[in-house]
Amino acid sequence: MTIAVIDYGMGNLHSVAKALEHVTHEHVVITRDPRVIGGATRLVLPGQGAIRDCMGELERTELKGLVQELLAAQAKPLLGICVGQQMLMDASEENGGTTCLGFLPGKVRYFGQNLLDENGERLKVPHMGWNQVSQRQDHPVWEGIEDGTRFYFVHSYYVEAERDGDVFGTTRYAGIDAHVATGQDTVFAVQFHPEKSAGNGLRLLENFVTWAP
Amino acid sequence: MGLAKRIIPCLDVDAGRVVKGVNFVGIRDAGDPVEVAKRYNQQGADEITFLDITASHEDRATTVEMVSHIAGEVFIPLTVGGGIRTCDDIRTMLNAGADKVSINTAAVINPSFVREAAERFGNQCIVVAIDAKRVSADDETLRWEIFTHGGRKPTGLDAVEWARKMVDLGAGELLLTSMDRDGTRVGFDLALTRAISDAVPVPVIASGGVGNLDHLVEGITKGGADAVLAASIFHFGEYSIPHAKRYLAEHGIEMRL
Repeated sequence: MTIAVIDYGMGNLHSVAKALEHVTHEHVVITRDPRVIGGATRLVLPGQGAIRDCMGELERTELKGLVQELLAAQAKPLLGICVGQQMLMDASEENGGTTCLGFLPGKVRYFGQNLLDENGERLKVPHMGWNQVSQRQDHPVWEGIEDGTRFYFVHSYYVEAERDGDVFGTTRYAGIDAHVATGQDTVFAVQFHPEKSAGNGLRLLENFVTWAP
Repeated sequence: MGLAKRIIPCLDVDAGRVVKGVNFVGIRDAGDPVEVAKRYNQQGADEITFLDITASHEDRATTVEMVSHIAGEVFIPLTVGGGIRTCDDIRTMLNAGADKVSINTAAVINPSFVREAAERFGNQCIVVAIDAKRVSADDETLRWEIFTHGGRKPTGLDAVEWARKMVDLGAGELLLTSMDRDGTRVGFDLALTRAISDAVPVPVIASGGVGNLDHLVEGITKGGADAVLAASIFHFGEYSIPHAKRYLAEHGIEMRL
């Protein structure tokens, strides 16, 4: 019973590993070893920084093909976090256009510049801090988490899925209902950071590690 | 309903203990950093900032250990600052479990370090700390300059221009401290907070001068800050985080309650 946090060289994986260790007795490993990833019972696909770098590193570490295979096989639960959620889509507007993994139909878009809120205050990008998530569909990962709960976000780009059926949660910012929880079959992905979202975030991770799709 | 403003308690840590803050006369012990961080987490703090003000090199290892302890028990964003000078320093802190690092003096000495750090670790984890002091005379247009060494050393850099430059280089957030107000408990320098907040697209954390809850309200409503940082009003039980959050919410500010 191993939960593999896929380490393709981008971002800080220690927070997510520590949070997982807090909610499970299963073995949590940060790894780029294809055998360990292939043999794991669950996968976490994190991601931080620019999406082109994330996709580039995934390719450079020769994990892109493996991740795509595992996604297609639908054999084990996978949790995407932050850029890990975005990478599941067809493409992103970031870095002048970046091709992604194409697991879910849809795009990753930019919030925009020089935005104002309803009081005329400058809206900051990145969207950073605690915002509410509206649960659009029931899902075992939402178990015990109230609709409208706040989670911690840090991002400038957001997912826009094509199919309503792939959208499990949305968050309103800059007049946009960003698709902040998406998924299909054995895959669930979130834009926010459950590992940094206090008790409700830990609950989500606990739900993920016990989810049996 | 929307994005909440954040309340961030700050732990100034010297040789493994939380102290009252670098600019206070007569440092007062406020406890064990791990215990203090856990308490703030339980109270609903939105993030925690850990500022290492330790002078000696050997105590640095203690800091890393402490960050690691906190990160294993506190699952909210953790920013670590103080003595971050190289990408290796950043790597060490991130590996210990920090989510963001705050760069201060090193950015003044070598601005391109901010770019290097942002490219390597992503803008989301690079906070640039700006220590500014008012330099304009009373009858002049307001102007602030960047100071280092706890506000003693002027750099000649204009604070607003500097803030823009740091964001251009890759800062994902700014931690703005008024060196005139730090430790005074008379409130933030609201004109400074407003000038910086309006000048940059990234979130600004206001710091320096908080003495009561109205100061927190003003920092957000008048200063335009996205988050407010305070130390002493929380450390000694004068105000609790839930009390502060309720007070801000009553003043129409979106909070995570």
